[in-house]
Formats: sequence, structure tokens, C-alpha cells
Amino acid sequence: MPAADHSIIVKDLVKEYEAVKAVQGVSFSVPAGSMFAFLGPNGAGKTTTIKMLTTLVRPTAGSITVNGYDPVKNPEEVRHSFGIVFQDPSLDDELTAYENLFFHAGLYGVPRAETPGRVKDMMDFVELWDRKDHLVKTFSGGMKRRLEIARGLLHTPAVLFLDEPTTGLDPQTRNHIWEYIKKLNDERGLTVFFTTHYMEEAERVAKHVSIIDHGKIVADGTAQSIIQSAGTASLEDAFIKLTGRTIREEEGSGMDQMRNMRRMWRGGKR
Amino acid sequence: MKSNTIYAMYILWLRQVKRYFRSKSRMIGSLGQPVVFLVALGFGFGPVFAKAGGGNYIQFLSPGIIAMSIMFTAVFSGIELIWDKQFGFLKETLVAPVSRIWIMLGRTLGGATTAFLQGVIVFVITVAIGFRPDIAYVLPALLFMFGIALVFTAFGTAIASTMEDMQGFGLIVNLVNMPLFFLSGALFPLTSAPVWIQWIAFVNPLSYGVDGLRGALALVAQYSLWTDFIVLYGVAVLFVALGGWLFERIKV
Ligand SMILES: Nc1ncnc2c1ncn2[C@@H]1O[C@H](COP(=O)(O)OP(=O)(O)OP(=O)(O)O)[C@@H](O)[C@H]1O
Ligand SMILES: [Mg+2]
Repeated sequence: MPAADHSIIVKDLVKEYEAVKAVQGVSFSVPAGSMFAFLGPNGAGKTTTIKMLTTLVRPTAGSITVNGYDPVKNPEEVRHSFGIVFQDPSLDDELTAYENLFFHAGLYGVPRAETPGRVKDMMDFVELWDRKDHLVKTFSGGMKRRLEIARGLLHTPAVLFLDEPTTGLDPQTRNHIWEYIKKLNDERGLTVFFTTHYMEEAERVAKHVSIIDHGKIVADGTAQSIIQSAGTASLEDAFIKLTGRTIREEEGSGMDQMRNMRRMWRGGKR
Repeated sequence: MKSNTIYAMYILWLRQVKRYFRSKSRMIGSLGQPVVFLVALGFGFGPVFAKAGGGNYIQFLSPGIIAMSIMFTAVFSGIELIWDKQFGFLKETLVAPVSRIWIMLGRTLGGATTAFLQGVIVFVITVAIGFRPDIAYVLPALLFMFGIALVFTAFGTAIASTMEDMQGFGLIVNLVNMPLFFLSGALFPLTSAPVWIQWIAFVNPLSYGVDGLRGALALVAQYSLWTDFIVLYGVAVLFVALGGWLFERIKV
């Protein structure tokens, strides 16, 4: 059993796909009740790390503890203890907002008597209750994101993973989303592990920041300490200084490529 | 098995059934093929069949067409798995605290239920066209219909688990579906066909579904109802196990 003061402990984590070493010996720990930003350029290994933490992908090497459990040995215990908003959309478009949440509650063993109340609370929280009976395919990108956050919180997890929760959203929606998250962090002590490409968001909300590049951690600490040791004016400048100026030729997994093709095929809609 | 597991399976089943009733166009669209087969073959080929001493062709054909519509709907419900992979919903179910095998089983039962319902609709249509089933055996007939649905939903899920795109899935499915359908005895008796065709029919699970259904509804069958039943549900168990094994190995 690990120390209860850390929600996530990762040691020497490695993930190798056939051709790519996506994650190459990453270590960090996330204090319970904190907001932790996991930053890095495209293809750095953020999503792969999250997939390993959330039992979707088996690590090649290294050890992980999430809420005291090992995702490889005790996947079900780990799954009970976290909520997740994936980088790509993962709602059922053909169902209503309410149904998406209701079904999630059923899958996660939320007591049936409590389900309607909790669904309402969470939908109120992200201000979507008045749209509860609309099919999700009629929602805007921002509404879908808010709904996914509500869904991720429905089973009252101890840790929330957010993989680029604000990408592609307008500043108003982004601010709203961070307000929701911060509120939960303040009031319930929810641990939040997130990735983002908006450096100012990380600087503003995260207590701890880790920067990963080419599968390796290149900086770790508070936003302030990283800015200071890089000798720059902002986290964005520090990020560029640490990870270089070149554009990443990101290859994307087969599934991502296919999803993109499909998205184009459907007229660019998500 | 935890108590929540069954409820989680029910939720996955419910989702499939809801989606089925919501997509009326798909429901109605997939009735086109069986109706065309029934009308064109039933009325076009029927007289020839009767002249050759086969009896009333609608009586012979209807169980075959019911079986066909179930099989096609069932196999194609594998497409839903590929959609869920592409639209990301699958990930949501794979991080749920329920073992994958139960997730797969819930989905398969849901898909099988929709295929079964499709079969019931076609059943009603065959009666409207002139099929006169034996009412005494409707219950076993429904069991055979569900058995066919289960076998081929599990089959579709197994294939879809290994595929990443629709094209590949469509290709394989068409390659398998058509021969299985034509060589199942659904359209014509295979008892005087060449031996190699009889062998294919012998190892084709649909043969037993068709035979059982025809035995129950039209009272003509090659095997006993028990043989049909045991083979059909035996294959169902086998395919569900295979589907579960492949589903466990899905990469996201
Ligand atoms: N299933 C896979 N098979 C092969 N390679 C993969 C797979 N998934 C990811 N990769 C590769 O692993 C590397 C890390 O990818 P990952 O998705 O973790 O990056 P990321 O940091 O999340 O990037 P982004 O900011 O663009 O989301 C990339 O080079 C990617 O192409
Ligand atoms: Mg990513």
C-alpha cells in the first residue's frame, strides 16, 4: 500500500509500440487533492501515459499506483476510483444527454435509487439540465465536453483524468470548464490530472506541472519553479525553450487516423 | 460475479435496443431484402417448385427467409462495435469497472435481441403473404429464432473485434454470409445436392437454425428438433466464447 497522500505514483514507466517508444521511463507522483498539469508537444506521450494509468493499455515496463491500486493487477478497483474525459469524443451520439449519463451510472454501479438525483445534480452543475432530452448529436463541441465532464464525475471518483478538455473550445467555455473543475477540486478535494496545449491554463490552475517530450520528463515542479529555472517570462516561453521550436511530425495511431478520415467524410463534424 | 455485473449487462442491452427502435429507417430498410426474396421467389419460383413435387413453396421458403433476415441483421450488428470504436464510445465502456467478457456478453445479447425482433417482424410479413405456420410450435420456433440471432451476433462481434474499419468488415461478412445462406437449405432442399454441398450444409450452423425453424413452423425437417436445438445453442456458446476472447484483446 502506498502513502495515502499521493493519488498517483508512477515509476520508470515505459510503453513501446512496434515502431515507436511512446513513453521512455517516466516517473512522477500526484499529491492527493491537487491539480496536476501534464504538458508536452504533440506525440510526446501524454495520452499513452493516461491510457496506462486508466487500464486501457498495458505498460511495457515500470510501476503505477492509482488510488492505492495497480492498474495491471487490479483494473476494476482502479476503474472505480477514477473518472475520465478522453481526448477524443466518447459519447453515444444517438442517445440523449440524460441517457448517456444514466447508462454510465449503470455501468459504474451507482446505486439505482441515487441515480436520478445524481444525474440531475451533475447536469445542473455543467448547466445542461434543460437540454437533458436532446440527442447528443445535436450538441455543440462545448456542450459535449461539459457533458463528458459531468459523466466522468457521476460515480464520485477520487481522481479525474482530463485529456485536453478544452481543445477547440471558445474562451468562454474554457473558462467555464476550469471553473467547474476548480470548484470540485476546492470543495471535494478531487485530484485532477490534466493535459492541455494552452500553457496559460496550466499556469493558472495547476499546482504541479510536468513537461514530457519524446516520452521523457524534461521538467517537473510548480509553474513558477519551471519558469524560474528556464529563465523565461512565462510558462509558454519555458515550454518552448525546453521542448524546442520544431513542429512534431505526429503520426497518430491507426485508430486516430481512421477517426480523422471518418470525421472528414462526415463533413468535418465531430 | 458481482450484482452490478448483471445490471451493467442490462444497461448495454438496453442501449442496443433503444438505438434499434430509434433508427426506424434502418429497421424498415432491412426489411426490403426479405420481402423481395419472399415475393419474387415465393410467387415466381413457387409454381415450379410445386410442379416438381416440392409442395407449397411459401410454406417451405418462409422459415428460410425469417432465418435469413435474422442472420443478416445479427452479423451486421458487429458494425455497431466498429462504430463504437470509431466514435470513441467503446473506450467509455472499456474503462467501466466491469470485466470485458460481461461487456461483450451484454452487447451480444442486445444485438441478438434486435436481430430477433427483426425476425419477428419478418415472421408477421410472411403470414401476411400467405405463410400458414403451425401455431402449436410457435414457442420452440421463437427459441430457434433467438438461437440464430445469438450465433450470428457473436460471430459478427468476433469479426468486428479484429477489424478497425467498415470496409474490411463488409468484405469479410459478405464473403461469409452469402455462401452460408445459400448452402443452408433456406431456399431449396439440399438433400439431392452433390455430396460436397451437403458437407458444407452439415457444418453450417445456419442449416440447423433453418431446419429447426422449419420443423417447428412447417413441420418438415431433416433432423429432429432436439438435434437442431443442441447444435444451434452449442455453436452459440462456442461463438460467444470466441467473441469474448477476441473482445478481450481489442486495442484502443
Ligand atoms: N496504438 C498506437 N500504436 C502505435 N503508436 C502509437 C499508438 N498510440 C500512440 N502511438 C505513438 O506514440 C507516440 C505518443 O502518442 P500520444 O498519443 O501519447 O501523444 P500525445 O502526447 O497525447 O500527443 P497529442 O498532444 O497530439 O495528443 C506518438 O508517436 C504516437 O504516434
Ligand atoms: Mg494526446
